[in-house]
Amino acid sequence: MTDKKEKNWEPKIVAFFCNWCTYTAADLAGVSRLKYAPNVRVIRVMCSGRVDPQFILEAFAKGADGVLIGGCHPGDCHYSEGNYKTLRRVSLIKKLLAQVGIEEERFRLEWISGAEGEKVKIVINDMTEKIRKLGPLNMPEKFLDWDKEISELEKEIERVH
Amino acid sequence: MSSKPKIAFYWCASCGGCEEAVVDLAEDILGVIEAVDIVLWPVAMDFKKTDIETMADKSIVATFINGAIRTSEQEEMVHLLRKKSQIVISFGSCACSGGIPALANQFDREEILRYVYEEAPSVEKNSKTRPEVKSKDNGNELEIPQFRNIVRALDEIVKVDYYLPGCPPTPKLIKETVSVLLGGKLPPFGTNLAPDISLCEECPRKDSKPKDLSIIEFKKPSQGIIDPEKCILTQGFICLGPATRKGCGALCIKGNMPCTGCFGPTSKVRDYGAKALSAIASSASGKDEKEIEKNFIQVSDPLGTFYRYGLSKFLLRGKVNRRS
Repeated sequence: MTDKKEKNWEPKIVAFFCNWCTYTAADLAGVSRLKYAPNVRVIRVMCSGRVDPQFILEAFAKGADGVLIGGCHPGDCHYSEGNYKTLRRVSLIKKLLAQVGIEEERFRLEWISGAEGEKVKIVINDMTEKIRKLGPLNMPEKFLDWDKEISELEKEIERVH
Repeated sequence: MSSKPKIAFYWCASCGGCEEAVVDLAEDILGVIEAVDIVLWPVAMDFKKTDIETMADKSIVATFINGAIRTSEQEEMVHLLRKKSQIVISFGSCACSGGIPALANQFDREEILRYVYEEAPSVEKNSKTRPEVKSKDNGNELEIPQFRNIVRALDEIVKVDYYLPGCPPTPKLIKETVSVLLGGKLPPFGTNLAPDISLCEECPRKDSKPKDLSIIEFKKPSQGIIDPEKCILTQGFICLGPATRKGCGALCIKGNMPCTGCFGPTSKVRDYGAKALSAIASSASGKDEKEIEKNFIQVSDPLGTFYRYGLSKFLLRGKVNRRS
């Protein structure tokens, strides 16, 4: 990556917020005019349990530097058990991400109720700063780099035939 | 030259089990040989690369390629075979999704070479001899294929027309595939030739699986005795049947072992391991972090458990920070 790109880099965080709690909290943060880092792209889901592990991997693969999941506190799930399912999946996903060398600060699960606008601000600011320290993950560029080794041969074969 | 349709078999990074599966057709293989001309099959018959090079383009009706792709030589061969074949079939888990060889994608090339040529207990510690792509011996220049950074599935190198998953694909599936190819009524290109539904569907223990699972502590198969009648997952052993495509006839289950997922996902799934992980996590019990951690303590290697045959198709592709 060029120096210029590195200098202008800002962490990109994909956040999946549950409709009933965390998304409402983000709304509350907005109407309360709380300021938080503009590095988060919020995706509203009906329940944190709707977050398929494929979404998390895809977010990283498409260029996210971090992924945040926000759901209702234990016991508060609108669908009674959804957030427990999230918690179980997250436990295994964290192990999996560690195995491929993704730092733990890049993936986070937080319980944020509809009344906790302040917590949205704190979590997002904290996560943004931690990821800023880690630097970019930039999987798309890595993939291009890894695949250079096969495109060279392909070109050569085309040239010969 | 006979006018029988020409077919070819080729192997890349594989164990030979897929070749064995072809031989396992037993006397049925005679019917296949009667109907076709085999023009390349390195494991069983003597052919040279030039035999293929001199053939007209698209003169092979179907080529079955097994094994993952790790070296430049394998890439060159599959490009050549793609050019000479009408149909290319990705044969077995390694060709379809990387298979066991793709587990190496957890490490970068330098780590692998260092271990194999310097640190492994069987090497002479001080020799530190590494293979070089180009070297000289007695004034002769020698060249060996390049060892790539990443283990790839066949369809990352060339276009694949059909997928036949399995470690290895079963003789029954192979027979069905051959008769489909010879029958002339081809399914749409890109089709996976195993049925597009999960293994639980054909599992003989299906009826003993409760609707809702709430497994307390997962165990490894070595840590308990598996009841041969009951659903294996229900007993707390990781069985990937719910996330895996059927078509094997539940062979492992019939041998009282859990499914490890060699047939890969159904067509709706993009990342097999993520889905398998999700299926297993959802069937666990536990409502707080400590309890859940305890339930998963034996799932110490999620990558190896859920991507055993498919790390090449992992959305993050393996170790994220690699030296080239």
